[in-house]
Amino acid sequence: MSTLHLELIETRLKEHFGEAVYSAELLYDFPVVTVEKDKLHEILKFLKEDPELNFHFLTTLCGLHYPEAGLPYGIMVQLHNMPANTRLRIKSFTSDKEPVFHTLTALWPSANWMERETYDFFGYRFSGHPDLRRILNMDSLEGWPMRKEYPLEDPFRKDKDDKMFGR
Amino acid sequence: MASNPLPADKNTGALQAKEYTTLNLGPTHPATHGIFQNVLKMDGELIVSAEPTIGYIHRAFEKLAERRPFNQITPITDRLNYCSSPINNMGWHMTVEKLAGIEIPKRVQYLRVIIMELARIADHIICNSVIGVDSGAMTGFLYVFQWREFIYEIYEELCGARLTTNIGRIGGLERDFSAKAWEKIHHLLKEFPEGLREFENLLVRNRIFMDRTIQCGPISAERALAYSFTGPNLRAAGVDYDVRVMSPYSSYEDFDFMIPLGTNGDTYDRFMVREREMWESLSIIRQAIEKLDKLDDKTTYHAEVPEFYLPPKDEVYNTMEGLIWHFKIVMGETSIPKGEVYHCVEGGNGELGYYLISDGGRTPYRLHMRRPCFIYYQAYPEMIKGSMLSDAILTMSSMNVIAGELDA
Repeated sequence: MSTLHLELIETRLKEHFGEAVYSAELLYDFPVVTVEKDKLHEILKFLKEDPELNFHFLTTLCGLHYPEAGLPYGIMVQLHNMPANTRLRIKSFTSDKEPVFHTLTALWPSANWMERETYDFFGYRFSGHPDLRRILNMDSLEGWPMRKEYPLEDPFRKDKDDKMFGR
Repeated sequence: MASNPLPADKNTGALQAKEYTTLNLGPTHPATHGIFQNVLKMDGELIVSAEPTIGYIHRAFEKLAERRPFNQITPITDRLNYCSSPINNMGWHMTVEKLAGIEIPKRVQYLRVIIMELARIADHIICNSVIGVDSGAMTGFLYVFQWREFIYEIYEELCGARLTTNIGRIGGLERDFSAKAWEKIHHLLKEFPEGLREFENLLVRNRIFMDRTIQCGPISAERALAYSFTGPNLRAAGVDYDVRVMSPYSSYEDFDFMIPLGTNGDTYDRFMVREREMWESLSIIRQAIEKLDKLDDKTTYHAEVPEFYLPPKDEVYNTMEGLIWHFKIVMGETSIPKGEVYHCVEGGNGELGYYLISDGGRTPYRLHMRRPCFIYYQAYPEMIKGSMLSDAILTMSSMNVIAGELDA
């Protein structure tokens, strides 16, 4: 199983980025590190290029939205070091309603569509992205569907009261 | 004077700029096996660039999942990679089980392995036989599809459904394998190798097929990793990454199997990797049956988790407690811990991951699905650049891009 320990990752990150690393914890055996938004790209670059950490594989990337939190808007990036079989999740949050993250397409070409999907559903922009436009939804769609305030059902429908169901 | 490839204007003699043809491949094209649009820029029959447009069957699964109790999300996962729905279902059940800390009995884990490997065979049958069809060999497809149909009959025996299976429950399976299901599984193990061998005889060393597929749509291991390839496509490029081995789930660590690898990452390698994987899947099913025989437990088919697992129907119809439990589970009124988990399984075409955030409510707070073909399909323009149109078709079918999973 995983041979790189969270303590090591945390120490290495704190050595290089100090205050920008907010927290490092294990959530259900999964190491999760929360970092400052402006340093996110640098930290990911370091994680990828450091020969010891070697998080060379981008597993997935997605947007997050916690309307009640102090920093409601964020993204999650999940990396994998295959030789050491260690996975790592990096999260970064901001209070900016229309946040701009630094694109990861230069580090991993696969980030291209993942970032487009995040933009499409959350409206988070990625500076330096080669082709940032909607990917799954139609271009004329208004709003950002995966944000919590976006209604799943037509909010003007009167015939269907589904407060008993779902959320 | 060297001949100039650019045509000259008849009147002035000036060289004209080279013109490219724009060709719409899709959205509904019989050779794309799904709804994909590719706007190709063609120079004669060579592809200069491709611009894929996706999202034609987008159904907002991630948003839907935020309004549905955990057990109601299983049917949504059916519709991701619909060629191997049982793997998606199991992956989802295991994600919730991980979150809730449910321990699954060994017997159920082995039964799940059997179902997942059957699904993998069905998935690879479709993909590989369709590579045959797209290269002009319809015969293999017609014969080998009988076996895919037979696997669907096994699903029918196990859960009553064929394509969108909704198989199993959070906590186990909804019923034990019936005698008829076992009979069918044994029949498959006995007869399918002959059918698969026949299919391989038709294509594997076929000169025409080899000429068509070798060096068709190749990708190097470096590029495949950079594009976050997983599954048979990554293994065809020579990287031995398989979720079943790297992060074993459902007791895959008890099994002894090989991870077939390719070298060139071209269509032929992808075909061969899937072909070998079917043999390995058969061997895993055989091992699972042996292990089940050795287990003392012969009857358990679910964990004891009354919080999630529906009570038996006679209890629901005849006792008040049973009815209340049933109602509570169906309405999603069961308590679930707060937290976030990521669980991945080796799907038919790569690492299928569920990233689930729970705030303790009756539905997920956020569910993100890592759909392998959404991620690797973006390498398609790079893989077909400079190749012929007919090679682009073959490359696409060998990548096993499934519209349901791509568009989620």
